[in-house]
Amino acid sequence: MAAQRTISREGIEVFRFGPVATVLIPLLALFLQASLPLRFSTLNIFDLPLLVVIFFSVARRSPMAGTLTGCIIGLAKDSLTYAHQPIGLFGISDSIVGYIASSIGVKIDVENPGSRLLMTFCFYLLSRGIYQVLRNMAKQPIDFNWGHELGAALVNAVLAVGLFMVLDRYKQRG
Amino acid sequence: MENFFTRYRNETVLFGVVFIQVILLAVQVRVPQPALGSVTAAVQPSQPGPRLIRVWATGLISPFQKLTVHSGEGIRGIWRNYVDLIHVRQQNIEMKQEIDHLRLEKIRLQQDAEQGQRLQALLGFKEQFLDQTVAAQVIGTSGTDLSRVIYVDRGTRDGVQPGMAVITPDGIVGKVSRADKTTSQVLLITDPMSGAGVLLERLRLNGVLKGTQSGYPEVLDVMADEKVQVGDTIVTTGGDRVFPKGLSVGTVTSVFPDRERDPFLAIRVKPTVNLGRLEEVLIVTKVLEQQVVTDANGAERAADILAQRLPSAKKKTADEVAKQTAAAEAAPGGETPAMNAEPKAVPQVATPTTRPPAVPDKYSPPDAKKSAGNMAETPAKKSEAPAVSENKKNNASAGDASTKKQVTPPKETPH
Repeated sequence: MAAQRTISREGIEVFRFGPVATVLIPLLALFLQASLPLRFSTLNIFDLPLLVVIFFSVARRSPMAGTLTGCIIGLAKDSLTYAHQPIGLFGISDSIVGYIASSIGVKIDVENPGSRLLMTFCFYLLSRGIYQVLRNMAKQPIDFNWGHELGAALVNAVLAVGLFMVLDRYKQRG
Repeated sequence: MENFFTRYRNETVLFGVVFIQVILLAVQVRVPQPALGSVTAAVQPSQPGPRLIRVWATGLISPFQKLTVHSGEGIRGIWRNYVDLIHVRQQNIEMKQEIDHLRLEKIRLQQDAEQGQRLQALLGFKEQFLDQTVAAQVIGTSGTDLSRVIYVDRGTRDGVQPGMAVITPDGIVGKVSRADKTTSQVLLITDPMSGAGVLLERLRLNGVLKGTQSGYPEVLDVMADEKVQVGDTIVTTGGDRVFPKGLSVGTVTSVFPDRERDPFLAIRVKPTVNLGRLEEVLIVTKVLEQQVVTDANGAERAADILAQRLPSAKKKTADEVAKQTAAAEAAPGGETPAMNAEPKAVPQVATPTTRPPAVPDKYSPPDAKKSAGNMAETPAKKSEAPAVSENKKNNASAGDASTKKQVTPPKETPH
């Protein structure tokens, strides 16, 4: 398994980001996510922090970094939710998404817009699925409208294609 | 062992991160003992106080949000106040006309309010009114439709505390769920975790307003046989000790049987406040509850209130008094204490205008006995009685006995 991984790593490009981009891009995503729905309430369908997690994880191609990125951004999302809602629900789901995104980034071509669309669509649904399971585990079940979630996943996937193209400019070859 | 961790480093990190967060979740969440009559067994974190991570996150984001919102307000203000002033003159004329209408309306409503207060005083109602509110600017949201909260730029420094009601002039918005020093988190009424005591105004039915994941709150605890209609208005009851009573909540948009709770209805509500575009809100920091008091006269009879409200009814009452006077003074010169008593002279005591007893007994007051004795006097005095009685009334009210006595026309004598 380790040998396979080494071979994969040798065959693909690994990117890194400057410290400013590493800090400011997630912060900006959180800020926009918390501010934009004030004026346009329908925009809360987007999950910008999750898209940032996916982007960083896929680009770095390091499962450990992806896990930690997902954990930190997820916990930040958690901390903006209702005060009596336990912290860690988004943290766990985004950690898992970050890990899987990094692992997939090692194995398949994730620079293609088509694969980015499909990948983000699936990761969004995975994130919501994990969140739902965790809410049930925490005895705080919520009624998911899966039709709505599928639509949201598609919208986020389309946004991700454009967003990732913008964020590609901040990549540095590792 | 070292080889194992090196080999599965990524998986170990993932497991460790998830495990720590699961433990944190387990620490935060506790399952409460199911209480009798509870609608749902809501699970609350064991520590209701604000967590440090929330304070950090809010502290990190909110300065930028405040800056954005306030600078946006400034730019909009400059545009509105100095640039976009087309049609202002026409609007001014229309608004002046509207003010005139509103003044008339205000007088009418004031009279209604006074009457309402007096009636409430009669029934011993307690009045609730907003004593202190703090205006706040909405600066942010949770960013997800899985948790419908907003952030405002007022906190404990401004007197805001968790549990306070948040409203706008249009209706209720939610309640403060967390208050930091300079910001507060408000749980909207559309969030599944929120609840409020409400009343269907037309039917006077109480219910519980609960948020749903769809964003449209529902009224629960209304029996299926109630005739709830689309368009019915809903107001707060004040029974939840959060929202003052009588505030607008919303209108009914659909009514359907609650599948989970069979004999009850699920009533979907459209909030009167557009919660998707909130800019400014009011936080109710103090609600006064006090007994309704009217004026110095204290308790009044319902008949007096009606008489004040309806001038014609008042006149009739006066005529009735005069008729009673005439009838009671069957005997000439008969002046009973009740007839002489002007109602306004003794407002605290509800003095009945009764006839004096024909046959005084031991319970009759001395004056009654005297007047009863007068009833047996000659018929000549009988014709003078009404005029004298009327004069006495005028004396009491105008305080000019001699003049009034002389000008009293005989034709005004009631028959």
